[in-house]
Formats: sequence, structure tokens, C-alpha cells
Amino acid sequence: MTLPEPWRLLAYWVGILGFVGLNAAYLVWVERKAAGRFQRRPGPTEVGPGGLLQPVADALKLLSKQVLVPPEADRFLFRLAPLLVMAPALICLAVIPFSATLGARDLHLGLLLVFAFGAVNVLALMLGGWASRNKYSIISAARVVSQNVAYEVPMLLVVVTLLMITGTANLREIVEQQTGGFWRWNLLRLLSNPLMPVTFLIFFICLLAETNRAPFDMAEAESELVAGAFTEYAGMSFGVFFMAEYANIVVGCAVATVLFLGGWDSPIGIGSGLFWFLLKMYLLIFTVIWVRWTFPRTQFYRLLNLSWKILIPVSLGTLMLTAVMLKIF
Amino acid sequence: MVRALRELWTGFKSLCVGMGITLRQFFRPTVNVPYPHRTLPIPPRYRGHIVLVRDPQTGRSLCIACKSCEKACPSDCIVVEGIKREGEKRKSVTEFKLDFTRCSLCGSCVEVCPVDAITFSKRYNLASTTKTAFYQIDLYQELLEEGKK
Repeated sequence: MTLPEPWRLLAYWVGILGFVGLNAAYLVWVERKAAGRFQRRPGPTEVGPGGLLQPVADALKLLSKQVLVPPEADRFLFRLAPLLVMAPALICLAVIPFSATLGARDLHLGLLLVFAFGAVNVLALMLGGWASRNKYSIISAARVVSQNVAYEVPMLLVVVTLLMITGTANLREIVEQQTGGFWRWNLLRLLSNPLMPVTFLIFFICLLAETNRAPFDMAEAESELVAGAFTEYAGMSFGVFFMAEYANIVVGCAVATVLFLGGWDSPIGIGSGLFWFLLKMYLLIFTVIWVRWTFPRTQFYRLLNLSWKILIPVSLGTLMLTAVMLKIF
Repeated sequence: MVRALRELWTGFKSLCVGMGITLRQFFRPTVNVPYPHRTLPIPPRYRGHIVLVRDPQTGRSLCIACKSCEKACPSDCIVVEGIKREGEKRKSVTEFKLDFTRCSLCGSCVEVCPVDAITFSKRYNLASTTKTAFYQIDLYQELLEEGKK
């Protein structure tokens, strides 16, 4: 069913904003609960049953605080950065097909749109760090840029590998090619590329680095840089950065689900739908949280070494291998 | 090339082992004691600030106001006063004040007391907005109030 034009836009805005808002708020809760479990603590328990109202309390606290702009800062860019970090995540979700019938816009270059807007996130963090006029923020901004440039390369190489196999950049078509059981998912298309699980792993590592998650949270290395690019942000402008981090994780895991794990397809071939999409996405998000509470932050040069010395050669290798395999079979 | 690949493989394996360890912890029970709702039992030898011991028969303090504790205290935080009541052989205490801001819980007073009238309490939830709450803890008054209840 397709809604008529103005209603479709409205439904998209309400739906996506609600989805992102709910996820950003409650992933914070999930993260804190999971962190607690990993460290054998109960996590937040005081506000509401099981701490379920904790995000509401946090949001109220952030909303009631003054949004300060440091006197030496670039006022325009400083205010712009939180908006710029949130907007791309919302735009990216427009092309994600949640199920066979649920998706805001069926764009035939959907994959390109996701990666084009995904890169804006970096720009926003850099602007925020630069505009704050704080030494920690500027160091953080420089780190964010070099980290993201380094990890953009293997990520896009992986995506090119995938594009060669699927032959389309339309996310819906990519999922439709994978329907009919887990052996048809791109993750297990070993005939086109025997190293497909490795490719997925590279994609996942790059996803962690692109969203500035631990162990690659160089931008917000609190033990070295106070809060990095967010040092000067107070109240809800900080809150927006915080929400955007989770929104970007949602987008990244949704894209990984679509590209590698068959989107809404059921692994046993029957009962496909939104449920399976959300299940796979949240499992990936849980893995992101799990990784964060397992590994300590790497050093900066190791981070770059990992990208330039391991991920880029390996992803180039899988690209070549895929090309050869596609030619032979 | 082979060495680099082997290093990559061992590194990856060690990361997986780490993930396995944290996942195992994830499913084990939590070890927290949610403090204000539940507390652990206090060990019998715990030293809180001193309190006066009540005589189980008369309900009065055992203290005979001999001032041994006052003299024994290395930080001078105890002040004792007493009177001799009519028809009684021993003196009885009328004032017993403790300056807990200086007390180091050394226990000399407990040790020196000839009638075992002082003991350590189990109080650790001490909080106040004023200094006087700990500056002059009136232990005798406390004993009387407890007796009324």
C-alpha cells in the first residue's frame, strides 16, 4: 500500500523521528543495563521499574540546563554542529527497507545515499570540535577526521565488493536477492566470494570506527581529551550529540543487516517480516555494546595501523578475489 | 606475509576469547548489594563510635564515673562527670560526652574501663549537616532516651 504524497511524507517524518528518538533514548538504557551485566552489576534500577524511566529523567535534566556557548567560540558553527550530526542519521533511515512493505523511499541509489550522508557525521564532529575553540576539542576533531578517512576506505571497498555481487545499489533489491533462507544471505554467498564472512567482519569493524564507538572512541577519549569534541557542549546540545551516536549505530546496524544478513528475510525461509529485521538489527547493536564493554580503547597509531596495514589490504584482496570468482562462475 | 597472517589470526583469536569471557560474565548473577535497600551483616568486631552499656537489671548505665576513659583517651575526646547518689556505694554518671571528630577508634577507653560500661557501637550511617552533631555526642542523654522507649 502506498500513501498519497503529503501523507506519506508526514508518516515518514513521524515514523522515523519516533523510531530514532525511542532508540536513542532506550539504547542508552540498554547500554547501561548491558554494561552492568557485563560487570555483574544490575545497572540503573532506581527510576521506574528496572530503571526504565532513566532516559526520561536524563532527558528532563538535560532539557532543564542552559545551552552555553563559550565566548570565544564560533557561535554559528557551534550551534550548527549538533543539528548536522543528527540530520544525516534521519535521512539515511529514509532509504532503509524495514520489511517488504515498510520503507519510506525506494531509491535506486539508496546505498550511495547512505554512505554519502553517513560521511556528514564526521564533518559535524569536526565542526563542533573546531568551533568550540578548546584544545581538547580541536585534537579530537583532528583525530575524528584522520580516523574516519582511514576507515572510510576499507568500508567502501567492502561495499564495492558487495555491489559487484548484487549488481544494484537499491537496498530493497539487495534484500530481495537474498530472500529464501539464511544460505542465500550475502554473508554466506561463498560461491561469489569465499571470504564473505571476513568481508562482513571488516564492515563491522569499520562500522565501529565510523560511529566512534569503543574500542575506537578516539573522538571522545575521556581519559585523554575530557570529552573530546563535546567538551564545551552543555545541556541538550550535548544530548543531541549523544542521541546522534546511537542513531548512527542504528543506521549502521540496519545497513549491515540489509547488506549482509538478508534484511527482513527469515533464516528458515518462512514468516519473513519486520520482526526478523529488527531482531537482526538489535543483535548487531547488542554486539556493538558487547564489544565496547570488552575491549579497552586502542592507541591512535594502532588504530591507523589496523586500517592501513590490515583492513585495506584484506578488503582489496577480497575485492580482487570476488572479481576473479565472478569472472569464472 | 605468512608471519603477518599468523599474527592476524592469533590476534583475532584472542579478541574472540575476550568476547567469550565477557559474555560468560553477562549471564552470571550480579554480585551487588543495592545498599540502601539491602545491607550486609556487620562483623561482630566492627568499631563504630563508643556507646554506654545499660545494666540489664536496673536499666541504668554501668558507668561509675571513675574517669579512667577520660585519662586513657589519647585524643582527649571524652568528658565524664558523675555524682554520688544517696544510699549507693558507687558513683553514677551524669554526663558522658564524646568528640567524635577527633576520635580515632583506638579502643583504649573500652579496654581501660573497670566495669565494662563502654562498648563499640555498629553505627556507620552517620551523616549530618552540622558539625555539632559529631562534636559533642551526648552518650548519657542517648542512654536515657533509649531507656524511655
